[in-house]
Amino acid sequence: MSASMNLTTHRVGALVVGAGGAGLRAALEAGRLVDTAVISQVFPTRSHTVSAQGGIGASLSNVEHDDWRYHMYDTVKGSDWLGDQDAIEFMCREAPSVVIELEHMGLPFSRMDDGRIYQRAFGGHTSKFGKGEVHRSCAAADRTGHAMLHTLFEECLKQGVHFYNEFYTLEILLQDGVACGVLAWDMVRGGFHLFHAKAVLLATGGYARVFRTTSNAHICTGDGAALCMRAGLPSQDLEFLQFHPTGIYGAGNLITEAVRGEGGYLLNCKDDRFMEVCAPTEKDLACRDVVSRGIAEEVRGGRGCGPQGDYALLKIDHIGKDKIMERLPGIWELAMVFAGVDCTKEPIPVVPTAHYSMGGIPTDRFARVVTPGDDGAETVVPGLYAAGEAACASVHGANRLGTNSLLDLMVFGREGGRQMGEYVASQSSWLDLSESAGSAGMAEVRRLLNGPAQRAMGPLMEQLRLDMEMHCGVFRTESDLRELKGKLAGHRAAFANLSVQDKGLAYNLDLIEALELGHMLDVCSAIAEGALARRESRGGHYRDDYPRRDDAGWHKHTLAFLEPGGGVGLDYKPVRMQPLTVDSIALAERKY
Amino acid sequence: MQSVTFTILRYDPAGGGEPRYQDFQVNITKPGMMVLDGLNQIRWEQDGTLAYRRSCREGVCGSDGVNVNGANMLTCVTHIEEVARKGRVVIQPLPGLPLIKDLVVDLEDFLRKYFTVKPYLITRAPAPDKERLQSPAERRRLDGLYECILCACCSSSCPSYWADPEYLGPSALLNVWRFIDDSRDEGAQERLDILDDHHGAWRCHTILNCVEACPKGLNPTKAITGIKTALLKRKF
Repeated sequence: MSASMNLTTHRVGALVVGAGGAGLRAALEAGRLVDTAVISQVFPTRSHTVSAQGGIGASLSNVEHDDWRYHMYDTVKGSDWLGDQDAIEFMCREAPSVVIELEHMGLPFSRMDDGRIYQRAFGGHTSKFGKGEVHRSCAAADRTGHAMLHTLFEECLKQGVHFYNEFYTLEILLQDGVACGVLAWDMVRGGFHLFHAKAVLLATGGYARVFRTTSNAHICTGDGAALCMRAGLPSQDLEFLQFHPTGIYGAGNLITEAVRGEGGYLLNCKDDRFMEVCAPTEKDLACRDVVSRGIAEEVRGGRGCGPQGDYALLKIDHIGKDKIMERLPGIWELAMVFAGVDCTKEPIPVVPTAHYSMGGIPTDRFARVVTPGDDGAETVVPGLYAAGEAACASVHGANRLGTNSLLDLMVFGREGGRQMGEYVASQSSWLDLSESAGSAGMAEVRRLLNGPAQRAMGPLMEQLRLDMEMHCGVFRTESDLRELKGKLAGHRAAFANLSVQDKGLAYNLDLIEALELGHMLDVCSAIAEGALARRESRGGHYRDDYPRRDDAGWHKHTLAFLEPGGGVGLDYKPVRMQPLTVDSIALAERKY
Repeated sequence: MQSVTFTILRYDPAGGGEPRYQDFQVNITKPGMMVLDGLNQIRWEQDGTLAYRRSCREGVCGSDGVNVNGANMLTCVTHIEEVARKGRVVIQPLPGLPLIKDLVVDLEDFLRKYFTVKPYLITRAPAPDKERLQSPAERRRLDGLYECILCACCSSSCPSYWADPEYLGPSALLNVWRFIDDSRDEGAQERLDILDDHHGAWRCHTILNCVEACPKGLNPTKAITGIKTALLKRKF
């Protein structure tokens, strides 16, 4: 076997890891400046961006007057003040231009009667600093992510971007603290590939797959954050995970917030619109963390629906079949396939579902990866960039607003690609690789392939995801999180002795899932440690035993470092409260 | 507990052997189990060497097209109970494509054909500062076209595609019509030049397997008819 596990080396200028929205946008930008390649675990249009439904937020003012300052205010408030205001200002100001650019690339946006881009209402988005309603989400029916991902890929074809599809990244190569490539595994044929690059941009997506009930694809296993932690870099704010209020009961698949944006609402078993009580002003269009807790409280209070009383109902039939089929055709299909419900006639059973990773690889607003330097101050890791859900800029803080995810991909993908391109252009040659470059990644694969097959891996992965859901879900407590830590230690020990059943090289899914499980364990350890330490409730992190936000103690970002032996060490850094050109949005109580 | 037999075509390129069928018992552990849930159960609990593609598990990424009981479909949105015949489901890779391993096929050639037709917006006029305008009626013409997920269920179900290795196939043709029929696009003529060929639109003999196979309910034959009409209009 080892004969075919030889090492192939490639030299590229700029290397993008991941071919979702952020990766493709970055590749387009860097590719205009320097030799650029993209490596991706899946063929680009299979990336998880494809599942995004409701839209991309931008203050285009197509429906009523809007302003990026309103968008910025909503984003800061939505983040429960944990978002960095310089990055948020940058994102909201850039938003209209990235949307127009996508239209010019050919994205088939839905249209208003006058031919401009259709915009719809979305949770947490307001005008005039919380005082009015706004239609800010630019949408292609309820398939905006699909339309975006395909449009970007088409643009990449037009531009001639070079792709290495079905390559799985094993290790980030740092030489004296400078990024110089990655080691990857060729999934189709088997074999190691060393991509020797002048700069690397990580756009590897989120980690919400670590929970059992999730809207996320199989591939969303936190690879980027885990690989950074293994390279000695921190991850940031991983305990902040968004539970989307409306996942399909029993399956977890997403039912977009656009359903409520188009007039849908939630009901408990008594037919009460309970969100009118939880959030008197915004009601069903309050932020996702608020609505998710609303549903979970109904279930906990015995007012859930169904024989087990464990879900809520999402009603949309009253807006009429024609509107549903025009604006929410994908939702109709998903509800029919996964819940057996015709939503033009009946409500959809829904539960909160693990949806979005606010945390990730720490970056500044230029998408440059940052880490505490020797003197403790934040320093840039030369040549290393991150964008999209893999990164933590942090524009979403403790809770992301709907439509800000696709926006994040475009704004920081573009900015990161541009920054990386300029950096690569300024580097005259490649750094020499050390003898040991890639040895950790190769050792991991050899351990999994060469060891005896002791047990099937699936049950371990499923148990991990169940444990995360039971002990680290919508509601968290000290005792639950302590119990989780114990279970994680057990799972880590089991994983260390595990090897895969499939010993072949060609399309070894068993191997890939084992590598993913290793990444998930690292991410879960950081989530659990961060959640246990954070004795407050903020955004997506809710502690039953500390139900209030504590700005004096916890208005700060968590940094988690992987220690030898699998432990996690924590550090903290301040939230950047100073925007670029406008006044800071001061800490305030968050009410909807 | 009820169980269903999955008869799966196995192929290991390292083994040197021919493809063969292998039976597995899948336990129906919850209502609404999909074929993908069954495949995961087999791999996670019985045989880790089984290979297949999957990602989104909700029918939008297009990874998991396979042939189930003779028809192409996506494993993640196909209910086991709907396809089981006498307690058995026969699963094979998409037909007419080179095998990589088990249910994983080589899509290089399928994608090369898609790339050939210039599947991207072509414009000559400089872009305005704002969005290009498009009426709701013009935009509606793209419905039924832009939703393609490149799963290859259509092309690999097409006898003309099997018979003619150079035929572009229903997927590439649907995707090219998505742009020709886009009011913003100005690349129709250069694309029609590519399509006006006996390996292009004219190879379609309206067998309609593609329509049957599309898991997104799209109609490639209708798109191809649009292309043929445009080609004829151009000639006369």
